Amino acid sequence: MVSHERSLTQIVFNSEGDLLFSASKDSVVNAWFTSNGERLGTFGGIKGDGGHNGTVWTVAVDSQTRFLITGAADNTMKLWEIATGKCLFTWEFLTAVKRVAWNEDDDTILSITEQRSGQPSIIRIYKINRDEPTSQTTTPITTMTLSGSKATVALWTPLSEYILTGHESGKVAKYDVKSGEEVNYVDDAHSGEITDIQSSPDGTYFITSSKDKTARIFDSETLEEMKVFPTETPLNSACIAPLRPYIILGGGQDAMSVTTTSQRAGKFESRFWHKLFEEEVGRVKGHFGPINTLAVHPQGKAYASGAEDGFVRVHWFDESYFRSRPFGDLEPEVEV
Amino acid sequence: MSEIEKIDGFTEEEQLDFEAELQEGYADIEDKYAVDTQQGFENVLVMDNIPIVDDSKKQKLVDRLRQLFAKAGAPIEEENISMPWDDKAATNKGFIFLTYPDAQQAENALRALDGASFGKSTLYVNRFGDIERYANLPVGEGELPTGWREKPYVEKDHLRSWLGDSAGRDQYLTFRDQDVSIWWNGRNGNAEPVKVDGKPLKNNKWGELYLQWSPLGTYLSSLHRVGVALWSGTKLDGPIGVNVLRFTHPGVRLIQFSPCENYLVTWSEEPLDNFENHPNAALRETFGPEDEGNQFVIWDIKSQRVLRTFPADKPIQGEDGPQQVAWPSFKWSPDDAYIAKCNVGTGIAVYELPGMGLLDKKSIKIEGVQNFEWCPMSEKDFAARKAGKGKECSFVYWTPEAQNQPARVSIMSIPSRNILRAKNLFNVTDCKFYWQNQGDYLCVKVDRHARKAKSKKATFCNLELFRVREKDYPVEVIEFKDYVPQFAWEPQGSRFAIVSSNDPNYGQGIPGVVVKYNIDFYQLDQKKGDFIPIKHLDSKIANTLVWSPRGRHIVLATIGSSQKFDVEFWDLDFVVDERRETSEPGANVTMLASGEHYGITDIAWDPSGRYLTTHASAWRSSPEPGFCVWDFKGQQLVHQPMDKFKQFLWRPRPPTLLSKDQIKKVRKELKEYSRTFDEEDAAEENRGSAEKLAQRQRDISEWNAWRARNNKRVDERRAQLGKEKKVVVNQDHKDDEKVEEIVEELIDETEEVVVGQL
Repeated sequence: MVSHERSLTQIVFNSEGDLLFSASKDSVVNAWFTSNGERLGTFGGIKGDGGHNGTVWTVAVDSQTRFLITGAADNTMKLWEIATGKCLFTWEFLTAVKRVAWNEDDDTILSITEQRSGQPSIIRIYKINRDEPTSQTTTPITTMTLSGSKATVALWTPLSEYILTGHESGKVAKYDVKSGEEVNYVDDAHSGEITDIQSSPDGTYFITSSKDKTARIFDSETLEEMKVFPTETPLNSACIAPLRPYIILGGGQDAMSVTTTSQRAGKFESRFWHKLFEEEVGRVKGHFGPINTLAVHPQGKAYASGAEDGFVRVHWFDESYFRSRPFGDLEPEVEV
Repeated sequence: MSEIEKIDGFTEEEQLDFEAELQEGYADIEDKYAVDTQQGFENVLVMDNIPIVDDSKKQKLVDRLRQLFAKAGAPIEEENISMPWDDKAATNKGFIFLTYPDAQQAENALRALDGASFGKSTLYVNRFGDIERYANLPVGEGELPTGWREKPYVEKDHLRSWLGDSAGRDQYLTFRDQDVSIWWNGRNGNAEPVKVDGKPLKNNKWGELYLQWSPLGTYLSSLHRVGVALWSGTKLDGPIGVNVLRFTHPGVRLIQFSPCENYLVTWSEEPLDNFENHPNAALRETFGPEDEGNQFVIWDIKSQRVLRTFPADKPIQGEDGPQQVAWPSFKWSPDDAYIAKCNVGTGIAVYELPGMGLLDKKSIKIEGVQNFEWCPMSEKDFAARKAGKGKECSFVYWTPEAQNQPARVSIMSIPSRNILRAKNLFNVTDCKFYWQNQGDYLCVKVDRHARKAKSKKATFCNLELFRVREKDYPVEVIEFKDYVPQFAWEPQGSRFAIVSSNDPNYGQGIPGVVVKYNIDFYQLDQKKGDFIPIKHLDSKIANTLVWSPRGRHIVLATIGSSQKFDVEFWDLDFVVDERRETSEPGANVTMLASGEHYGITDIAWDPSGRYLTTHASAWRSSPEPGFCVWDFKGQQLVHQPMDKFKQFLWRPRPPTLLSKDQIKKVRKELKEYSRTFDEEDAAEENRGSAEKLAQRQRDISEWNAWRARNNKRVDERRAQLGKEKKVVVNQDHKDDEKVEEIVEELIDETEEVVVGQL
């Protein structure tokens, strides 16, 4: 699927897995039918309808596929109605919005703003008024000003009591949503910037990808490192596939050095690793730029990758993916 | 007279007093005129190890010695030689005194004559003063001088313990980033770290510059900024001076072992300083003032002593800038007896070991000599040498055309300096020597230019094949119209393979162009006694030939290309049906498999010829560093991309100790042996997979337990908060949803130009 003029920043499936939302540096968010790759519509594609005016860094969809939250480099965060593609509300900040996420009850969101021009990186938690979506409060219920390394990515825990953050320094931390206090952290979870954080289907553990060429699985409660997946390329994204015990990793050389190397040298494949045995089981080729973002179908039927080359590729898993047992009959319990 | 009388006139008392006085006086005088052995004899030398002769040959001996001295630059008159004589035996005593006019001349003579060979004996020269001094050391017989500390005896760890592996596995070394690891290469590429006391072998010091195994695998050498260290034994570590040997040479860059691991040559970019007042004692003691400015150091490995140092070659201003250091600059004879260096244009200097003196005191003068190469020795040659009837060492060299003289390739034996064979050549641009590893055959690859061509750029090529084991060294010439960039003898065999190219793009270095090569195999026809082509492969992209160390198998690889990374495995004796023996040569040359290793920069067989590794080193800026292990059939066993991967080295093996008959016996009873090995392998495999299975089982049960705990905790907490568990919508929406597809079809398009009228 191509209609982005610039590289992808984040893609997400809705909870049914029939739609895919993609954010890119060309300031437009697209919605796609995953079954055939047809575009359903755009958010901010037409001038004057309240679209973003800069790189859209992040996108998040609620579990009912009613509302969409986007954050962009124009220092704004927007709430959209998915059915109509209209912008319902805009929050303005002093710096760019790098990450947004819905909690599981669809009534609260988090946003991370960039650390820039003297402004610290701030995590804000907002209550969302679902009944009157056009009138939202601009006062966050909690504000967490980060003093150390800036947060790059964040995630809600299953019961929306805590949020988990990944930081530029490689630190992973856990914040209490109500008090805004850091309740737990691992300073050297990674040795490079954390580029993505995605939760397991049930949220009890999560995966982080990092520029240090590894992906790691942590326990959401204790932040204990469960698994490590070392690769030979900087990773930009990682996700956990339901049904099968696999994780998907994507990355590649920095966009800056891509032009100097051949496509093959760039390591632009999506890699499948066995979640438990920490062994690589396969790769999917296709992109000709580093993969920036990965998302997996909530029911584990497909996965999508968005890359620096401006393409989003949706891969439906075939029969053999579900049948194959590369490690014999040993299988952990199926997770949905 | 009157005085004596006076004395007589003294009283007895006076007399005694006077005598005492006199005695004191004498003591003064004695002291004053005592013979000082330390001084006054600076011009006298003692020469030891003179042949013992009787009276009849005495004059002849003196004459011969004087001749030798004169030759060496320390002439002496006959009357200044004093030869102590044993009257009883009526022979000389085996040493002589040499009295030179002054100390300076004596000193010169000492240098010139010490260690000189005279007939069969080596002459030793000492200062006369030294002998007295050491003889009179204030230490009694059997006592040790004060300040002497006895070094406790430390047992050396077995140097070849790695050969005792019960499964007969080979070791290899990998060097990644700063980490060096040593592995056992198991069956089917299963690597296992080499462990000592249950811990993998590791040494942080190894990763400083680069590493190298000694030719027989005994030592692992690591280069450091301050010098070279050799590690040996089971642990590849141990007490310094026992299992760890250090050779201090600041800025060392290149090292070379002698073939039998007795000596080491090191080369540094930095010329040696004058270390006389250097704070580092090792440097002070190792190098003397005469070593200043030198860049080559030749060491004795066991004693860790410097044998001799040499200055660097003067850089020759070639056509394309200053010449690189030609390495190896010094070349060892296969038996460690000589080391030789080619002084381009003038001659070859051959030094004898361990004295490091020039053979016969002078280098071999060869006008215009360009290059040379020692003839290797086979096991048989070594055995014959031991039995005392082996042939001499020999080397081949070539000289270019000069003033009506044709270019010439010659083989010279050492130490006799006889020319064994010479052959004239014409229109020569360059010669390269390829000895078969047993020293049976020599190929001289002669790059030639057209007769009247102005530039001497080589355009075609001759192979001059010398059959060294036959009488008079018969030569066969094979002419090629193309460039021949690669030539390789089959180890232990009588076949060779060459890569040639008539591609116009060859040598142009055009990026993005894949040069095509032809590959030919030749074989010695035993009946006719000449080499015949057996197989021709057209339009290949492979440019590198790597024979298995056991022969028969060869790998053709494409290295140094930016697009192609092919690796092809060929078998020259592939027999499909043993009953249908084909007599046609080359019929059995078959490609077993082909593969690809992206980013390949190096290729190496293991010492047994069972496995091949291809490496992509970050040093050569490979796009994907790492290594692959293949078996000889071309099946890829391991593909291990590794960030910052630098070096992969198989540990070499010394030649087998089994005799020919024993090997034959093993061959015969191979089936017997293989049965036990198969059983072991099967057991190993079961154990290995069982271990892995158990590990995975553990992984799974741990994971499941952890998940169960977590789920329970979340559920409890959820209940506490009074939230309901969200039911995951697990319906298949895909089926009951209809996606309308609107296909727009462009039926016709017309473009009209409407011209607006003003």
